[in-house]
Amino acid sequence: MKLLTHNMLTSTVKGVVNGFPLRIEVEKTLEKQVDFSADFLRNLFYKVDWKALVEAAQTMGYAELPEEAPDSTVLESEDFLKKFHYALLELHLEEGNLVCPETGRKFPVTKGIPNMLLHEDEV
Amino acid sequence: MSSRPELQAPPEIFYDDTEARKYTSSSRIIEIQAKLSERALELLALPDDGVPRLLLDIGCGSGLSGETLSENGHQWIGLDISQSMLDVALEREVEGDLLLSDMGQGLPLRTGVIDGAISISAIQWLCNADKSSHEPRLRLKAFFGSLYRCLARGAKAAFQVYPENVAQRELILSSAMRAGFAGGVVIDYPHSSKMRKEFVVLTCGPPSISSSVPQGKGQDGESCSDDESSGDEEDQTVCISDRHRPRKKQKVTKKGRTRQWILKRKEKGRRKGNVVPRDTKYTGRKRKARF
Repeated sequence: MKLLTHNMLTSTVKGVVNGFPLRIEVEKTLEKQVDFSADFLRNLFYKVDWKALVEAAQTMGYAELPEEAPDSTVLESEDFLKKFHYALLELHLEEGNLVCPETGRKFPVTKGIPNMLLHEDEV
Repeated sequence: MSSRPELQAPPEIFYDDTEARKYTSSSRIIEIQAKLSERALELLALPDDGVPRLLLDIGCGSGLSGETLSENGHQWIGLDISQSMLDVALEREVEGDLLLSDMGQGLPLRTGVIDGAISISAIQWLCNADKSSHEPRLRLKAFFGSLYRCLARGAKAAFQVYPENVAQRELILSSAMRAGFAGGVVIDYPHSSKMRKEFVVLTCGPPSISSSVPQGKGQDGESCSDDESSGDEEDQTVCISDRHRPRKKQKVTKKGRTRQWILKRKEKGRRKGNVVPRDTKYTGRKRKARF
C-alpha cells in the first residue's frame, strides 16, 4: 500500500467522527519503482494532508520530509518533488496494521492490501 | 444472460480462486474489459492536459480495468470484495493500490480527494441482498453517499452496469440522484442485443452544462432514454398501419429484394454494430450470365 492511499483512507466504523489519519503499525515495508510525474505531484500537493503524510513516512522510517507544511513555492524544486514522490508513491507498506484513531479497531494489511471490510455491527 | 453471476452467490464467494483464475485467463473477457474501461475513461471526460489523475476503480477485481487506467498514465486505487480476485491482481503486478472493501459499506476515503471513478460490471451487485443484514436501498445509499463525499467537485463517475431489469436501473439511478449526483444513463448500441452496453454517468455537484450526459455510440444522433421511447412509439404506429393494409400488398416477393432493400438491410446491420461490407456500385447487382 502506498502512502498516497494511506493519506486518502479513513476509518468508517460506525460512530467514528474523525477516522483520519489511520495510525500505521509497521511489520514490513517495501520499495517499488514508480514513474515520476511532476504534474501529478503538483496537482496532488493540494489534496494531501501534510501532517498525516509526514507522520506516516516517519513511522515507515523515512524522515526527509519537512515537518511543517511547505508553501507552494517548493513545487518548483526538483529536490523536494523527488522526496515527495518517494514518500507518496514508492514507499509501500507490505505487512502491518492500520489502526483507527478513535476506536483502536485494527485493519490488517497483508501482501500490501489493507482489509477495510467491516463487521456487521460496525456498519 | 441466462446465468447471471449475481443470482448464484455473493461476490466474495462467487469469485473464488477458480473463478478468479478463469476470469483473468479468458482473452475474450480481457478484451471486453479493456474496451469497457476505455469507454468508461472516455465518459469521465478528464481534461485533456496530459496530467495524471487519481482515479478510483470500484470492483477492480483482478485489475483488468485498472490496467487501462495505468496505460493512460493515471494513478488509481482499486477496491474489491473478493480476496481471490485481488490475489490474482497482485500476481499480475498491477500498478494501482488495492483495497479489500465492500462498496455497500461505504467507501473508506477522505473528502474531495478523488478525480474520477470508474466501475466495470460491479454496481448491480449492490441490488442483491446476500445476507440478512443487507438492504439494497441502504447499501446503495451508503455507496453513493460516500462516493459523493470522496469525489472532488465537478468530478465524474462512469459505471458500466448490467441491470437485471428496469426496476434495478431505476433503483440505482434514484439512489445516485438522492445522493446529490447529476447525470443519467448512456447506452451504447441500443439496437443490438450483443453489443448493447449501459453506462451510468454521474457528475458530482449541481447540474450544469458540464454535467450533461454524453451521447451513446451507434444510435444515429438521437439521445438516449427519452428519444428512444418515442422511437418505439413510432414503430408501433407503423405496425398498426401495416395491419390495416390489404394482405396482398404485405407479401414480400423475391423481386422485392432490390438494391434499395439491400442497402436498407445493410444500414440496419451497421446500426446494430455488425460487420457489414461497404456499399459499392456492385451492391445488389446481378451476376453475369456465365455463372
